[in-house]
Amino acid sequence: MTTAPARPGLAPGIRAAARIVAAPDGRGGTALPVLDGAGPFALRRLRAYGPEARVALVGAMSAPLGGDRLTLTAEVEDGAALRFSTTAATIALPGRTGAPATYDTRIRVGDGATLHWLPEPLISARGSDLRSTTRVELAPTARLVLREEQILGRAGEPPGRLSARLTVHRDGRPLFDQELCYGPGVPGWDGGAVLGGHRAVGQLLVVDPAFEDAPVAPRALGATAVLAPLAGPAAVVSAVAPDGLRLRKALESGDLLADGAMWAI
Amino acid sequence: MAVGEAIPPTASRAALLVLADGRFPAGGHAHSGGAEAAVKAGRVRDAGTLEAFCRGRLHTAGLTAAGLAAAAAAGLDPLALDEAADARTPSPALRAAARRLGRQLTRAVRATWPSPELDALAAARPRGAHQPIVLGLAARAAGLTPLDAAYAAVYESVSGPATAVVRLLGLDPFDATGVLARLAPELDAVAARAADAARGGLDALPAGAAPLLDIMAEVHAAWPVRLFAT
Repeated sequence: MTTAPARPGLAPGIRAAARIVAAPDGRGGTALPVLDGAGPFALRRLRAYGPEARVALVGAMSAPLGGDRLTLTAEVEDGAALRFSTTAATIALPGRTGAPATYDTRIRVGDGATLHWLPEPLISARGSDLRSTTRVELAPTARLVLREEQILGRAGEPPGRLSARLTVHRDGRPLFDQELCYGPGVPGWDGGAVLGGHRAVGQLLVVDPAFEDAPVAPRALGATAVLAPLAGPAAVVSAVAPDGLRLRKALESGDLLADGAMWAI
Repeated sequence: MAVGEAIPPTASRAALLVLADGRFPAGGHAHSGGAEAAVKAGRVRDAGTLEAFCRGRLHTAGLTAAGLAAAAAAGLDPLALDEAADARTPSPALRAAARRLGRQLTRAVRATWPSPELDALAAARPRGAHQPIVLGLAARAAGLTPLDAAYAAVYESVSGPATAVVRLLGLDPFDATGVLARLAPELDAVAARAADAARGGLDALPAGAAPLLDIMAEVHAAWPVRLFAT
């Protein structure tokens, strides 16, 4: 895992936003008419792959720190295809004031459009306090692959406090809505109902209108991971694991990307 | 009572006791709230680990259920709430259980506090609506408040596992009840938070989730033999 450059200046918290717009380029591919980032967000265009535009977020400074307010917006217009990744894990760190950081991601995917949202894990470092929200609005025929991984503490350290809400609406109606809260001050977070001593938790969510006719069957993927259909054309692999490596392996063991959705490869 | 919330003239606080009673014939006794799987995995072994389990369940699934129940009791659209409950329940085994419990509760409530609103919901969801929404409408029909509905939901979120563990582990019933008593102040806090959130409408409802509860519910549903339905 790489370390982002140290933060210049001594501001108690920064406000920064980044925005990606992907749109069909008229030649069967996807253009990126908007690719804007400031502060800790440096967005890089990667070499396109078939109809898909690829963007990587490079951490340009340590963030989020306590007190930071970060916003990331992605719009995938009708018929476009975008793959988003990050070059390293995002590490939530304590700030100077003890104030929480916020990280809000807003995503819209249009009709016939496809989004792969595959960031590296979020690591909640000791003493940090991060409130993250991710809100996805899908058009009726939009397709989505979204991975979310949280690692509670760097190696051998206790975690900070983390709350992460993931809300997905499809055609204006709720499809998935979960808030996960962990760390000091969160009652019961490490008990047998929530994490039971595990330090890595994540999910891989796939939404595809094709699931309407061929929903996946629920299936256990080992002792602490499952593949399950949602109450809509979508499926999720949910897992807890001792560490990030085993979490990633569990999330990928559902073969959701291979057989459930050929387009996802 | 929450600030600013008046008991309607028809209200009877005793109705809440009837509704929240474990002997109310709504099928709850067949469910361990994930405790059976947690016992098998060694995550619940004694009173201490039961307390941690119940605390986690209360602040996640319990809070979410209480928000839905309070919102239904406050008169929010039950079908929109049913959709919101689906989105908050990624486990198909738990969605099926919630609807089965909702259907059983509907039957019991029809005999106790008949409600045209509940009849309309049952007609729209013949296989059962999510149980917390039925619970909210039952509270409403009984003249109870959204906060009362939230209380019934949070209490159920911990009393089910605590009672089940007495059978599963042979835990001393005094110890199990001690766990519930120690959680009482947190039950108050979570019920109040849920009722507050319900005042903010659909988008403000809590969505607290517990990964192990969701994962283990699917694992448990695949067991060939089990003592509890969930």
